[in-house]
Amino acid sequence: MEASVGYWPVKEDKVFALQSQQTHQMRQNYIYRPQTQPITHTTDPIVTGTSVLGIKYKDGVMLAADTLASYGSLARFREMQRLEKVGNSTLIGASGEISDFQFIMEDLNKVMTQEFVRDDGYNMTAPEVYSYMSRVMYNRRSKMDPYYNALVIGGLNAAGAPFLGYVDMYGTTYEDNQIATGYGNYLARPLLRKYQRNDMSEEEAKKLLEDSLRVLFYRDARSTNKIQLAKVTKDGVVISQSYELETNWDIGKGVSH
Amino acid sequence: MAVEFDGGVVMGADSRTTTGSYIANRVSDKITELTDKIWICRSGSAADTQAISDYLKYYLAMHSVELNEEPLVRTAAALGQQMCYSNKNAVQAGLIVAGWDRAKGGQVYNIPLGGTLVRQPFSIGGSGSTYIYGYCDAHYKPGMSKEECLTFVHNSLALAMARDGSSGGVIRTVVITKDGIERNMVPGNRLPIFYEGP
Repeated sequence: MEASVGYWPVKEDKVFALQSQQTHQMRQNYIYRPQTQPITHTTDPIVTGTSVLGIKYKDGVMLAADTLASYGSLARFREMQRLEKVGNSTLIGASGEISDFQFIMEDLNKVMTQEFVRDDGYNMTAPEVYSYMSRVMYNRRSKMDPYYNALVIGGLNAAGAPFLGYVDMYGTTYEDNQIATGYGNYLARPLLRKYQRNDMSEEEAKKLLEDSLRVLFYRDARSTNKIQLAKVTKDGVVISQSYELETNWDIGKGVSH
Repeated sequence: MAVEFDGGVVMGADSRTTTGSYIANRVSDKITELTDKIWICRSGSAADTQAISDYLKYYLAMHSVELNEEPLVRTAAALGQQMCYSNKNAVQAGLIVAGWDRAKGGQVYNIPLGGTLVRQPFSIGGSGSTYIYGYCDAHYKPGMSKEECLTFVHNSLALAMARDGSSGGVIRTVVITKDGIERNMVPGNRLPIFYEGP
């Protein structure tokens, strides 16, 4: 594909949090694009994150992911936070292209700021973030210019009930009591389906996610054992510090050929 | 990788076999015996290198019966080169043949993808090796003892395994001297640790 011609948003844009629809449209009109092909950005992911897991438990939802950003097969950035909070009651975890995730976070933060400034008594909670991201992702895919991510969106809804959803680069969406992306779909889902219960305690939820991430570390060649857990409860969003998982290599003894 | 020292060789390898990014075996043994004192480090296609090793083991067994002597490391390496060179379009194999014989003591021979044969004081191969050329060039010194070689191998492999997604698991080592073989395994949670930050 040919590279598209244009210019990148300037740093000063961050100051204009209240950029109106009109000025945004005007800026779009000034971007030079040769009318040969649609503009595409991420067609091939470069810096990527692997699986993200999410489960509902007694106090809310818990998300987990490792802290690696790979550059192909190179373990390039070993302390990349892939779980971020959005407002006070939503967590978003991303796998796939990290630059697209960073852009999505900037956009979501702008949206949350605008909502705050509007001050109309309504707050965006997890289901609203999920709906918004679902539209954003599907619209980008329809322009053949996806955000190359699979997102796990977890949190509490306005009534305080746990919410957990999945949105990906194709605009596929679903909600469930357990969510997994990437290799987690194959390796973690059987464990999550067997052991997850909506009334799990926090310790049980933590153990289940750690065990699942451990299996992923054993079997996914684009993962590490440095992980992060994050939870959303009625007391807010907490993202843990990264820590290392214990591993067992006993089966390596006595193997030889 | 393999390193020569006075009296023998130290061979080391990781234990990860992948199909794409799925780890098919996290505790593989990539150091294979050809004869008592000649072993081979295998990288590239597992199927190709296993088939080649099986042939080499058979040929060397026949050869040593005819010779009525232990075969030379150089013979094993030359046979390996023949197989890789003549089948260069069909085979993806990066081999390191290393061992001890009475003629020249410890020797290390590298056979990269096209079937070149090169003797080296130390040799690295496999996808993870690209990340440790600098480290190995900086830390290798001629005349290292067996223990220094072991440390060098463990540190080099640990660094490669920390960065290369296609490498990982445990570190297996084989030390070959005139007195015999010493196999060892360092589990994945006890590897040497270097910079682990962002």
